[in-house]
Amino acid sequence: MNDFFVMGGYGAYVWSSFAIFFIVLIIDFIAPLLRRRRVLAELRGRIKRQQKRPEALA
Amino acid sequence: MNRLTLWFHKFGSPPTFYWLAGLLGPWFFGASLILFAIGLYGGLVLAPPDYQQSDAYRIIFIHVPAAWMSLFIYFFMAVNAFIALVWRIKISETLAMASAPIGAAFTAITLATGSIWGKPMWGTWWTWDARLTSELVLLFLYLGVIGLYNAIEDRRQAARAAAFLALVGVVNVPIVHFSVKWWNTLHQGSTVRLIGPSAIDGSMLWPLLVMALATKLWFFGSLFARARVSVLELEGGKDWARAEALRSGDMA
Repeated sequence: MNDFFVMGGYGAYVWSSFAIFFIVLIIDFIAPLLRRRRVLAELRGRIKRQQKRPEALA
Repeated sequence: MNRLTLWFHKFGSPPTFYWLAGLLGPWFFGASLILFAIGLYGGLVLAPPDYQQSDAYRIIFIHVPAAWMSLFIYFFMAVNAFIALVWRIKISETLAMASAPIGAAFTAITLATGSIWGKPMWGTWWTWDARLTSELVLLFLYLGVIGLYNAIEDRRQAARAAAFLALVGVVNVPIVHFSVKWWNTLHQGSTVRLIGPSAIDGSMLWPLLVMALATKLWFFGSLFARARVSVLELEGGKDWARAEALRSGDMA
């Protein structure tokens, strides 16, 4: 098992590469979720403001 | 209208696309994760160490799929940019702009992992080799498209300008691909070939192909997630988008 982490002495290079790969993919996964939340909140805010002032609909 | 155009209009219509992308996206991510697990097991555990590079070569299991994706996504973006510019199809605009950040992410991964592999194998993190330099130009093209799209206020005008840049930049794609043939590069030539036998052992080839397929599915999962939000934002004034906003507010 230890051999697996040592990777023939190249452990630091191999594991940092795989870490970068998956960290970037996780960011890529989260970014649209956060943006979706922001867009929906913005839309709800806009709807609320329009409900307060119906004449602003036009 | 013939059946194909009808189909295109139906699935290209924003509410249908939003619904369909939301339905398909999670499946692409799920299938991608399963393939990642299989590919990682094959690449890190089952595949034997290389006779020259020992275990350092295992970086290729992410480096090569990411590099393939950096070119594939650029090509995908350019095709959509072309459709957006010529036929002014809105959904192509959205798809082109949504693929740029994913392409930039894969290009950054390619450069970073290549550099980490280069240090122990070549003795240097970076060299101004034709392959490395053209891949760096590819990253700048992606960043240019993203930057240009965000710099212009009017969304449709911004998309047209950025699509034009994406289309012009497509000349770099064959340069990246053939750079190892055209110039004497430190970067090695390709060992995986579509035509003829690959110069890589089967035990190393299959995890590589599984990882490549996983990144491809990941791209479409991420693309759908991103394009979906863009559609919602662009159609913010429409009834269906308002209904979606209110519905999500009830759930939160």
